[in-house]
Amino acid sequence: MIMTILYYILTGFIAFLIIWNLLKSKKWQEEILYIIILMPFLLRLFRLK
Amino acid sequence: MSVHGLHIRKCSFVILGAILMAFAGTSFYNSRHLREPVVLSPGVTQVKKLSDYFPGIKGTINDSNIYILEGTEPGGTILILGGSHPEEPASRLTTWILAENAAVEQGRLLVVPSANRSATTVTRLGGAYPPDFTIPTPWGGQKFRMGDRWSNPLDQWPDPEVYIHYPSRQELAYVDIRNLNRTWPGRANGTLTEKTCYAMTQLIQKENVDIVIDLHEAELQYPVISTIVAHQKGEDLAALVSMMISGSEGFDIGMEYSPKALHGLSHREIGDHTQAISLLLEAPEPFLDATRGRTDRALLLEGKDEFVLRAGKHGLLFEKMDEDGWPIDIRVGRHCSTIIYILELWSEENPEKAVVARKIPRYAEVKEKGVGFFLRDPTKEDPKNVYFE
Repeated sequence: MIMTILYYILTGFIAFLIIWNLLKSKKWQEEILYIIILMPFLLRLFRLK
Repeated sequence: MSVHGLHIRKCSFVILGAILMAFAGTSFYNSRHLREPVVLSPGVTQVKKLSDYFPGIKGTINDSNIYILEGTEPGGTILILGGSHPEEPASRLTTWILAENAAVEQGRLLVVPSANRSATTVTRLGGAYPPDFTIPTPWGGQKFRMGDRWSNPLDQWPDPEVYIHYPSRQELAYVDIRNLNRTWPGRANGTLTEKTCYAMTQLIQKENVDIVIDLHEAELQYPVISTIVAHQKGEDLAALVSMMISGSEGFDIGMEYSPKALHGLSHREIGDHTQAISLLLEAPEPFLDATRGRTDRALLLEGKDEFVLRAGKHGLLFEKMDEDGWPIDIRVGRHCSTIIYILELWSEENPEKAVVARKIPRYAEVKEKGVGFFLRDPTKEDPKNVYFE
């Protein structure tokens, strides 16, 4: 249970980093890439997949 | 680009991503929460929960229903497990037919359609599996969750780097810590999947089960196919069933010995750790073959695939494959007839522990009428007789 909670915290932290990079990015290709790789992290955080 | 333009571009991408995620998320949510009705056969005398045997599973997604069909005469007890691997749908559909149709005259039949209910709520990550499938019935159709081989990571996460099976201490594939057929006999303080097996083991011991039949399907490129895998306690019974079926039912089924050194599987651990005989039935499912083409509902239900067919022409399969494929009716029919023969031959050899059941359709009948013919319309039944998986 503790490991599960830690993994959710880790997932949230990585999602935060991706969003941060998305906001800082100036290239549209990178922005699309960040949005795509963000999805599985959010789906797990929202407990959908 | 100006700052204003940059913001508009980013917002547009985020909105597009949110729409895509909403579509995917809705599909995942609906799949996980699809309710599958079971209309109780008049032969069902009780419906229990797995937590009645091990409270540690109470409140979890794997607190599965156990449909108990009791005869008027005392006899033996046979437990039938469907959905150990829910991506093998003939197993669950066979248990549906039993729970909705069978009647027991002597002994008891215990039926579990969702042995690993968590695994019924997810499909193979990255596998592009259909989330569900519909079996056509005379009253329309009944939708079922597709499922996966492993428990849903939403219910058990993360996986360990190394999975050491309990109690053998054999090292197995890390992902198989979520595989119900690699975690027998289970552990009371283990993961959800281990606890589920532990609860089943408690059920087998407390109900004094004589035989456990674990229903499965397998890819045609896997050598253990169209067979009964038997613990040494059930070798004679399995061999007799194999001979009788192959001579009279219109299909062949083999018999294999459960390897003594391969742990975690039902056919090994149930036999080793309980009083019960453990048998595992395998039917052919081309949907599972690695060389399959499009992984869709048609392949799941019709079992036709040109690439698997070609593999067969090159001698790469352990079961025949032709243009007719392996339709779900044939796969379910095989399980039904095999169960009938196990019950009959067991009862002949053990009259004091006989389990005599009626109204289980045979292979030829399921093949002719289809699985859907034996599914009952929940809207026409008293809600008290409808349970949900």
